[in-house]
Amino acid sequence: MKEKGLFLDGVKITLGGRTLIELSRHVRPGGVLTVMGPSGSGKSSLLAYLAGFLDPVFTASGRALVDGIEITRLPPEERHAGILFQDPLLFPHMSVAGNLIFALPESLKGRSERRAQAEAALEGVGLDGMGTRDPATLSGGQKARVALARVLLSEPRMLLLDEPFSKLDMDLRQQMRMLVFDKAHERGLPVLLVTHDEADAEAAGGETVRIGE
Amino acid sequence: MLMLTRLGPALVILLLTGPIAFGLAGTVLPAFGFLPVLGGMELTLRHFRDLFSEPAIFTSASLSLTMGLATAFISLLTVMLFIAGYAGTRAIGRVQHLVSPLLSLPHAAAAFGLAFLIAPSGMLARLISPELTGWQRPPDLLIVNDPMGLAMMAGLIVKEIPFLLLMTLAALPQAPLPQTRMLAASLGYGRMAGFLLGLWPVIYRQIRLPVFAVIAFASSVVDVGIILGPTRPAPLAVRLVEWMDDPDLSMRNLASAGALLQLGVTGLALALWLGLERLGAALCTRMAMHGWRFRRDALIRAAALAAMVLAAAIVLAGLCSLLLWSFAGLWQFPDALPSSFTLRTWMRTLPSILEPLRMTLLAGLLSTLIASLLAILCLMNEDETRRRPGRGALTLLYLPLLIPQVAFVFGLQLFLVYAGMLATLPALVLAHLVFVMPYAYLSLKDPWYAFDRRYDQIAAGLGKGRARRFFSIRLPVMLRAVLTTAAVGFAVSVGLYLPTVLVGAGRLTTVTSEAVALASGGNARVIGAYAFWQMFLPAAGFAVATFMPTLIFRRFRGMQV
Repeated sequence: MKEKGLFLDGVKITLGGRTLIELSRHVRPGGVLTVMGPSGSGKSSLLAYLAGFLDPVFTASGRALVDGIEITRLPPEERHAGILFQDPLLFPHMSVAGNLIFALPESLKGRSERRAQAEAALEGVGLDGMGTRDPATLSGGQKARVALARVLLSEPRMLLLDEPFSKLDMDLRQQMRMLVFDKAHERGLPVLLVTHDEADAEAAGGETVRIGE
Repeated sequence: MLMLTRLGPALVILLLTGPIAFGLAGTVLPAFGFLPVLGGMELTLRHFRDLFSEPAIFTSASLSLTMGLATAFISLLTVMLFIAGYAGTRAIGRVQHLVSPLLSLPHAAAAFGLAFLIAPSGMLARLISPELTGWQRPPDLLIVNDPMGLAMMAGLIVKEIPFLLLMTLAALPQAPLPQTRMLAASLGYGRMAGFLLGLWPVIYRQIRLPVFAVIAFASSVVDVGIILGPTRPAPLAVRLVEWMDDPDLSMRNLASAGALLQLGVTGLALALWLGLERLGAALCTRMAMHGWRFRRDALIRAAALAAMVLAAAIVLAGLCSLLLWSFAGLWQFPDALPSSFTLRTWMRTLPSILEPLRMTLLAGLLSTLIASLLAILCLMNEDETRRRPGRGALTLLYLPLLIPQVAFVFGLQLFLVYAGMLATLPALVLAHLVFVMPYAYLSLKDPWYAFDRRYDQIAAGLGKGRARRFFSIRLPVMLRAVLTTAAVGFAVSVGLYLPTVLVGAGRLTTVTSEAVALASGGNARVIGAYAFWQMFLPAAGFAVATFMPTLIFRRFRGMQV
């Protein structure tokens, strides 16, 4: 269990006595575990459990460890679980650069250094020089890329993806999948993807777990 | 921070139940003769005997009872028919824009406006004289302060209509409007009948507590009664406050006994209303059983719209004539306009209005600040526990609005005398807080629930702690809602009359308490100037709440409404 990557150690989520998910897996750094199931199957509750936001109507047991650290015992903000939802959810009251700078760890000091990092992150997702823009003026694909850049800047230990491609157009969707999985691979981040889209699972390439069927 | 949010609900419960419980106790005990300050230690029913032998006491009580029921009935009927006729149309939005500013207007200011409109020397009489009436001098008619209380009732109705309309509009999204409308139409029901039979019961259930609050308020209001109400005899609550103000301290026992009678009158009004509810429900069932379609409802619909517009127009016209008076030089009857305009009234009242103005701002801002903080803490605690307040918690929140103010503010005053805190700022803020708190919570609740919690989850995933998430994300994103809440709270505080008079004890005065005190003097110019401040302060609060977020976040389209 001291190994790198994400361990799900007997994670079990129940709702009113009904078991939704029971899972033990190892996701190595850069690898993807896809959880597929129809809506209402509780696949998002797994994600919420790992991020630390499981609704108390669910009961959960078991542990999750990332790089040997038992994250399920930590408060949400210390888990460093980078989350991407269906919607990009850029903070509407901050510029694009503001969103990115907010995500940078507090340990990184110096205004100009933080700005430079944010600008570099924008370049990394092909949005050079867009820092001063109002997020509301970006296209759907641009927003999704800013959301990705934001989550990567926070130095996450893993990525939790909740159907992050489902609201994008077909061609954008494929682009975004490549971008996300490449970045995760590059950084050696274990990824947990929940989706009901077969194409997502295929693109992810890793193991697929089906629940609620 | 976690501890703090737990503290929120506890503090609110303490804050609401504490003053009410102590206040009621402080009213009940003197009513039965127990008033140690004056050496009264025996239990006696003497004060009730005294009370019932006061002249025309039952006329006063029945005036109050009628006032409560009739105000609620007519306002609710108007709002109900209007919504039934126009839900889902653009007329709703227009009327809402016209009516909602009136909500923030203190009752006293609206009452003054009405008085200056309909009085024998008022604007209406001037507009039609002498051409239509032949009046060269104001006629000797008792229009304002009429013995039946019709002017007072009108003054209350024009203020309660906006309140009930906004409450109803807030409940409207919970009703499946288009579907029911189509279903009812396909069965051949008229638009209004379809709405009333199909949707109104669902909506009414949501606005019951506000309706009860209207009944309780109208049956026990003091300031509107002083300005517009009958005088011989006055409504019960008005007489009680006169007794309370009496230099003869033994009148306190009588006033306390009267406050219990007031409690009974308001209770009776609410009980009768419950009966009316049953009657209404039975009537609806009857109509549905008969299958009456009421297809020709155009006339009622137009009447409902006219009533809504009239209610708003009366208040607005009243306010205009008040403002006109404050700038008027010589203004003889029956001239429609003053023969000259002058700033003299403003210059003359300025020195004496500064202190009440300062106190209004101080008490209003402090009570609003505390109430907004507590409302936020309560809502954060709900997020924490993921539990929404139940029916019990909401009723508790409405408690200060359901119990007649005189019934517990009398007693509260007594306790403040004992504690040596009468006429101090903390006591005044506390008294205002009891009434500001419910409105602050109720106005913040829905926007708070509407906030997308995934923002918070994303920020936590980015490694930000609870406090940072609140101050950097939630508070700025919700700035508009929080400031609106504060504006609502401030408007409530500015409009409070009785708690200010009793707890301020004449030493701490606000623009509202001063304006009402001027009522008997009848100096239209001075009243006009005071009423201006009464309407200006709440309006300024709402202006800040509207424009500040727009200005701060002008660069961000996602933050504009």
